[in-house]
Order: sequence, then C-alpha cells, then structure tokens
Amino acid sequence: MSTTDTSLSIAGLETAYDALAEALDRAGPEKSELFLVKLALLSANALADASTFQALLDAAQQDL
Amino acid sequence: MHQPATEARPSIYYDYRVFEPWLPSRHPAQTRQRVVIAGSGPAGMVTALELARHGVPSVVVTSELQFSQGSRAIVFTRRSLEILQQVGVAARMSAGGLPWRCGNSYYRGQRVFRMEAPHDPDDRFGPLLNVQQQYLEEYLHDACAAEPLIDFRWGNKVTQVTQRDGHAEVVIDTPEGEYTLQTDWLVAADGGRSGIRSAMELQMEGASYEGFFVIADIEVDLPLPTERLAFFDPEWNPGNTVLMHREPHGIWRVDYQLPEGETPEQALAPESLQARIDAQLAMIGHAGVPWRMDWCSVYSARTLTLPDYVHGSVIFTGDAAHLLPIFGVRGANTGFQDAQSLGWQLAYVVKGLAGRRLLANHSAERVGAAREIIAEAGKSVRFMTPPSRGFRLLRDAVLSLSLRHGFVRPLYHWRTSRPHEYSSSALNSAGDDNALFTAGPAHGAPPQNVRLGPDDYLLDHLGGGFDLLYFTDAPAMPESLQTVIAATRARGVALRVVAVGARQPVAGADLTLADADGHLRERYGVRASGAAYLLRPDQHVCARWLTLDAVRLQAALKSALPA
Repeated sequence: MSTTDTSLSIAGLETAYDALAEALDRAGPEKSELFLVKLALLSANALADASTFQALLDAAQQDL
Repeated sequence: MHQPATEARPSIYYDYRVFEPWLPSRHPAQTRQRVVIAGSGPAGMVTALELARHGVPSVVVTSELQFSQGSRAIVFTRRSLEILQQVGVAARMSAGGLPWRCGNSYYRGQRVFRMEAPHDPDDRFGPLLNVQQQYLEEYLHDACAAEPLIDFRWGNKVTQVTQRDGHAEVVIDTPEGEYTLQTDWLVAADGGRSGIRSAMELQMEGASYEGFFVIADIEVDLPLPTERLAFFDPEWNPGNTVLMHREPHGIWRVDYQLPEGETPEQALAPESLQARIDAQLAMIGHAGVPWRMDWCSVYSARTLTLPDYVHGSVIFTGDAAHLLPIFGVRGANTGFQDAQSLGWQLAYVVKGLAGRRLLANHSAERVGAAREIIAEAGKSVRFMTPPSRGFRLLRDAVLSLSLRHGFVRPLYHWRTSRPHEYSSSALNSAGDDNALFTAGPAHGAPPQNVRLGPDDYLLDHLGGGFDLLYFTDAPAMPESLQTVIAATRARGVALRVVAVGARQPVAGADLTLADADGHLRERYGVRASGAAYLLRPDQHVCARWLTLDAVRLQAALKSALPA
C-alpha cells in the first residue's frame, strides 16, 4: 500500500501505534488474537469497502 | 437371504407398524418394468407418486418392513408443503404439524440474533412446519397404497445392479431369497449411504466437515414456543454449538456438537447423553425437569453431490445423489424438489413425449440446485462448525462482537432451504418476453401462490401437467391458440388452460379465475389482456409472454419437451 491523501499524520500514526500496543498488552497473550480479529472486523465495517479491505489483507500478508 | 427386523421399532410417540414382506413366490413371474425405485424415504415415495400422477407405473422396493427409525427430518419448508400438496398429503402434514417462523441465536445468555421468516398473505402454507419423518412417511405410504400404479414391496433389498443395453438388471433379496427385475429405469433413492452409489463406485464432489453432532429426541415438557433455538459456545460445551427444535407429541430435538477428538461411540454412551442434556436443560432455566430419551444418532456435516445424477439406466435422487448439511433444513426439503423434478421428466421420457435430453436437463437442473445449496450451506456450516483455526477465530470474534455490534448479527442467519430457480434451464423458452416483465416469477422460478378466496389458492389449481395461465377479458380463447393446445393434447401432453381476468367462464379454458380485484395479474406483472405464463408439470415457469401468439406457444412447448 502506498500512502494516500487519507493516511494518518505521523502524530496520528504514533497515537494508533501506542494505543494498539497497550490494548494488546491489556488483552494478554491468550486473547490477543481474538482482539486483533475483532479489531479487523470493526475496521472492515468502518471502511465499508470490501475491495479496500482485500488490499489491506494482501498488504499485511507481505513480508511475514 | 435378507432378514429385515420384524420387531416394531421402539418409540415413545410413534406406533410402528411392521408390514408383511413382498415375496416372489406369491406373485407371477416378473415382466420387465418401466421404473423401479430403490428406497422408500421421502424422495423415493414422492418420485413414485409423481410418476403415477403422470400415468407411469413403478415398483418401489425397500429393504425394511417399517418406517424409518427416529424423527430424522423434522422441519419442512413452504415449498415442500406445496410439493406435498401436489401428491395429496399436505393437509395431513398441516393437521399434525407445528408451524413456526422465528429462530433465535444465543451467546453468553444474550439473544444476539432473531430471525423472522416472512409470511406472505398470498401463501397457503407457512414458512416452516415441524413434523416427525415417520408421520410424513406414513402419509406418503398411504398415498402410494391408494395408487394402483405403485407396486410397493417391503422387505426387498437391492443387492446387485447390472447395466444392460438400454435397461438395468436388479437383483433383489427377500426373506425367501433372491429374484431379478429387469427395468427400463432404476431410480436410486436409497439414501445417504446409497449402496447403489457405492457399488457403482461413483465419486461425489464437495467437502466433509469434521465436527460431529449428537441428534437426540427427548420427551420433555418445556413451556417454550415453537421456535428454533441456537446456542453458541455455551458454558457446558465450550466452543461448540447446540440447537433445539420443538416437535409434535411433546418431543424436543436437541442437537449438540461434540468436543474435538470425542468419538460417536463415546458421545452416545448413556451417561454422556444424560449429563449433557441435563446441562443444556439447566442452561435454559429448566434444571432438573424430567425427560426421557426417544432416539439419538450422530451426524457430521457434509456438502457433497454427484456431478451427474443420470448414469445409464440408473438415476440418483435425494440423499443418494447428494449429502447436504442439516443446518438450514436441506435434506428432505431438497429431496422433494429432486423427486418432483425427476417425477415428471422421467415420466415424459418413459411416455415417449420427450427424449433422453429431458433427463440430462433434470440432472443439470438438480445438480445446479445442489451446488447452489452447497455454496450457501457451506457458509452456515463454517459458522456452526469452523473447519480451521482461521474460521474459528473469525467465528469467535463475531460471537464476541455480536453482544454490542449489530453489523455482525446477520452472520448468524442460517439460510433456510429455498427452492432453486432454474434460470438457465434448457427448457426455458428463448423467444418469449421473459425479460420484458417487471414483476412475477421469471424463467425457471417456482410459481408465486395467490390467495383467491377463503381456503382457495392459485396453486391448488395447478400441476399434474403443463399449465397455461392466459390473462384475458375476452369471452373465448383465441382460435389459433386453441388449435395449438388441441394438437399438444393430441400428442398425449397434459396441458390445462387457466383463464384469468374474465367475469364469465372463458370458452376454451378449463378454468376461469375472475381475479376481480386484479391481484393475481398484479403479482404476475400482467398489465394487459393477452399475456400468458407457461408452467411445467413441476409448476416452475418455462415461458411468459406479454402477448401470446400460437407460434410462440408452439415454440415454448417444443423447448420444454426436447426430442
């Protein structure tokens, strides 16, 4: 994915970065995966665009 | 020597009758048959009854001496009742059945989804009806017994099938030994474990899922309405799914998924059943309520179909042709549609009114239906019994989200069986006005029922042959159409003409429906006189016209009955 005009500002990205890290720690190792899948579904619904979600899936699968 | 059980099966609510076996020594030497049907389940008997309606005799052979063990299929859809109406047993089904239309899904004690199946006031039958399969079989058997064209043989087990040149040779074992039947056609309606399918080494396509379910029928008094109940990830059965349905005669169906790694034998151990059913009853607030086991079995979800239902002189139908998951009530309900489709298409081939291409069409239509069901049912199965880690994670995420987020709740929908539309059927007329209609059932669709008056519906008047619905306010059918209709009948094709929209009986029509308020015309998208629909003997639409003429009627009948 390349950046688009709707991407986060650096400050916004840093905020998301910290918030996600802290939420993962709060969820704990047992529930991290469930938490991330819930987050992905909520994000997909907020995106309201199946093809953008597919592009994000493809991007996340790279370089694992 | 075939020795079927002669002890009546045990049941709390159903009094099994043990029938006498049909023995070859008590009958004259067997001549060659037109149709032999192996299996007397819903698909086999509906096929026999449909064939008889079209004037074709059949021999039904069934290995047992009594109706099937346990309730098995318990939920019947509206379209199934419409088909059963055609073979004369819908009134008995409705009289003894429990109608319902709501389904509920629960997670962590909260109802997270409620589905209400729509009911159109134009429909005679409700969306869903619960009846135990033994009753259905009894009603169908009574209808078969009353039909002189059906030769019903209890205690006759097919042991060998040999394809000869243009016919099949069927070896049948009985309590006094074997005999052989020669038949033009053998319908294999011998169920999900079809011995004929195995012996012919036919491969099915699709998927089998690993999760096992216990199906248990218990007698218990629960003050709950007739609604489907689904419980996800209950505390007593973590990660798994439990289903409940009310049945007639004080019986409840409880289906629950087994923990991974547990065998069916372990699951059916009495102490295991006792503990789990107690736990389920406690979870729904009825701890300690007395109950008795009637019948139990183990089931696993499969979405499999043969890619072709016609093999030489052998035709597969119902569960012998495909194995579909029970979630969404797709077993018997699909079997009725198979049997109705097969009944008329085989009859027309046997009677020489169409060529074998009609059976190829039957197979294409029903395999298409099975594939559509498999695609749809697969979604439900993947939600009910997630087949992999990824699917399980997603399902668990949806359960968790559903407590607060409405957008995921439709994923609980269990996609009830619905009739397949034969939109791309070879029988659909190419030169009609199908695409010009803005309402009404399209090419290949089952008909829209219409309420005509108290206890009087359109579908009561259709079926048993081709039906031409002709919309007119004229006093008579046009001469040119009457000529085509007469010539068609002279060939031996049953064709009924129903005139719609005239105050007086229309000359040349078998029946006139006044449709004074124009409601039937509205539902069929008809705005002017001269429009028409042609329905196949299974009531599905194969042609429709804004203005019908003799040439196009002739062409549609030719398409519907390929040489």
